[in-house]
Amino acid sequence: MNPVVRGVVGRIGAYTAVCTLVVFFALPLLWLVLTPFTKNPTYSVRFSTPTLGNFAKLAENPQVWPSIRNSILLAGGSSLLVIGLAALAAYALSRVRVPGRDQLLYALLLLSSIVTGTAAMVPIFLMLFQLNLIDRHTGVILVLTGGLLPAAVFMLKDFVDGIPRSYEESARVFGAKPLQILGHVVLPVIRPGMATVGVWALVQVWGNFLVPYVLLANPSKQPAAVVMYTFYDAGGQPDFALISTFALVYSIPVVLLYLVVNRRYGFSFQGGIKG
Amino acid sequence: MATVELTDLVKQYPNGVRGVDGVDLTIADGEFFALLGPSGCGKTTLLRTLAGLEAATEGFIRIDDRDVTTLDPGERDVAMVFQDYALFPHMTVTENIAYPLRIQKVGKAERADRAARTADPLSLGQLLERRPAQLSGGQQQRVALARAIACHPQVFLFDEPLSNLDARLRLEARTFLKQLQRRLGVTTVFVTHDQAEALAMSDRMAVMEAGRIRQVGTPREVFQRPGSLFVANFIGATPMNLLEGDLVDGRVDVGGGLALPVPPSHRHLPDGERVVWGIRPEYVGAQGPEDADGDVVAGTVAAVENLGVTVLVTVEAGGRQLRAVLPEGLEPQVGDPLGLRPQTDRVLLYRADEDGALIEP
Repeated sequence: MNPVVRGVVGRIGAYTAVCTLVVFFALPLLWLVLTPFTKNPTYSVRFSTPTLGNFAKLAENPQVWPSIRNSILLAGGSSLLVIGLAALAAYALSRVRVPGRDQLLYALLLLSSIVTGTAAMVPIFLMLFQLNLIDRHTGVILVLTGGLLPAAVFMLKDFVDGIPRSYEESARVFGAKPLQILGHVVLPVIRPGMATVGVWALVQVWGNFLVPYVLLANPSKQPAAVVMYTFYDAGGQPDFALISTFALVYSIPVVLLYLVVNRRYGFSFQGGIKG
Repeated sequence: MATVELTDLVKQYPNGVRGVDGVDLTIADGEFFALLGPSGCGKTTLLRTLAGLEAATEGFIRIDDRDVTTLDPGERDVAMVFQDYALFPHMTVTENIAYPLRIQKVGKAERADRAARTADPLSLGQLLERRPAQLSGGQQQRVALARAIACHPQVFLFDEPLSNLDARLRLEARTFLKQLQRRLGVTTVFVTHDQAEALAMSDRMAVMEAGRIRQVGTPREVFQRPGSLFVANFIGATPMNLLEGDLVDGRVDVGGGLALPVPPSHRHLPDGERVVWGIRPEYVGAQGPEDADGDVVAGTVAAVENLGVTVLVTVEAGGRQLRAVLPEGLEPQVGDPLGLRPQTDRVLLYRADEDGALIEP
């Protein structure tokens, strides 16, 4: 085969492979976007005259809006708690010499994957039971916050480490008290980092199924991720109209939030240190 | 308006290293004072201890007869400009300059007014709404200065204020800073590792090494009569000629058949003493081959470096090297024979021991 032909064939092969991959990843997304607008939806992606009938059906379901509200409550609460605690911990860990600090952080990071994982579910359930926190949003928020905190502290500490101490020292020489330094200088400067961690925590909680499923008994307190699981008819068949529509509604807030935060903070550092 | 007085000041780190090791220093009211030394000599630590960012382990700091040794940085009435300027990136120029006033609980309108009045003479009037990232290096530096000026401190502390500017801007900023300090008349201590900067700007300067002050004096004193071998080595754009030898018959025998002249004031020193003979290359002149008094070092040119208006010529004689800064138009070629005549009254003698102290007449 001459090299030109070989090159063309090679390129055709490469594009075919890429297209197959793209289709593989794009199909579920396409399904997510299209199915809510089709009549009698199934597993397959179909193009038909768009209809809003599925949304009307969703709106009639009594569980939908409370579950979204619960999701916002859980995700928002955990996210705020994570940001607040992680910012303080990260600042302290970054600026104060603690012996064995890095080991402590890595150990926490490793353990945290257990806290929100399946392995610790039984002891956590028992603990919350004794604390009288079963079937309460507070309990879910505390467990999820605990699971997310180490990673959040880790990420934010890295961010704070990158901020020169001279900002704080400069403020100190001008007579600022520690709380003023925190409020006037440190928090505004690490705000992009806090926004990043906040969105990350929110998404983690928004998509978490296991923890609220186990810790909340009352269906009216369940978040959207759990409620979606209940959209099956009496025969055990999934109700595609409800599930697909709900999935779309469910993913919109997260996408919106990402866009807003990205626009406001750009997930970047503005500088101001010459060096 | 204030004097700064340091008494037996020591800053010891937990690992036992002494960043500042027994410093005694008095800085006069309104003085522009430079702390000069190689990196790691403790000059920045000394400045930070003065600011209160580091706690003194021993000794006292007095500002205008007020003991501030244990006071918080904010209570010392000093303002510091950091090497990286440390402008708050989320605040505008106005907010940055007015930050000290915000801490002092000055009202918002007056803050903006005073910030604008401080910024104006520093040609920052057009930039008040910008953020630090939108400013050039020189502008950032002036904002940092304005912020220090705005709180009307008794003492300014500058940590390497010019090191982040490019070479051209640095020269302009040097003049500007000196004029500004003169106009404000505020006692100023600044740290630098650049001896040209210290010589050019300061009224007086201290040369530091390993946490100690090796010499204090006016730039002229320090340049012309370095008090020790360390200072002699450190100060000067071109390195000082330093040759070790023995005193013999009122001359210094440095080996290789070279007997270098000693100033008349030192001719009484006993023979056989080990000394270091030193002279600045600027005080060494060129001479033809004739030599009436035996003070001329005759050798061959080993290197010629162009310094702009002058040339630095290295002459090798008897295995020793002597450098001279020669005027324009007198540019020998490498390999040429050349005689160098040191100005005898500019020769300095140092003890050839660890301290390397200057031998006074």
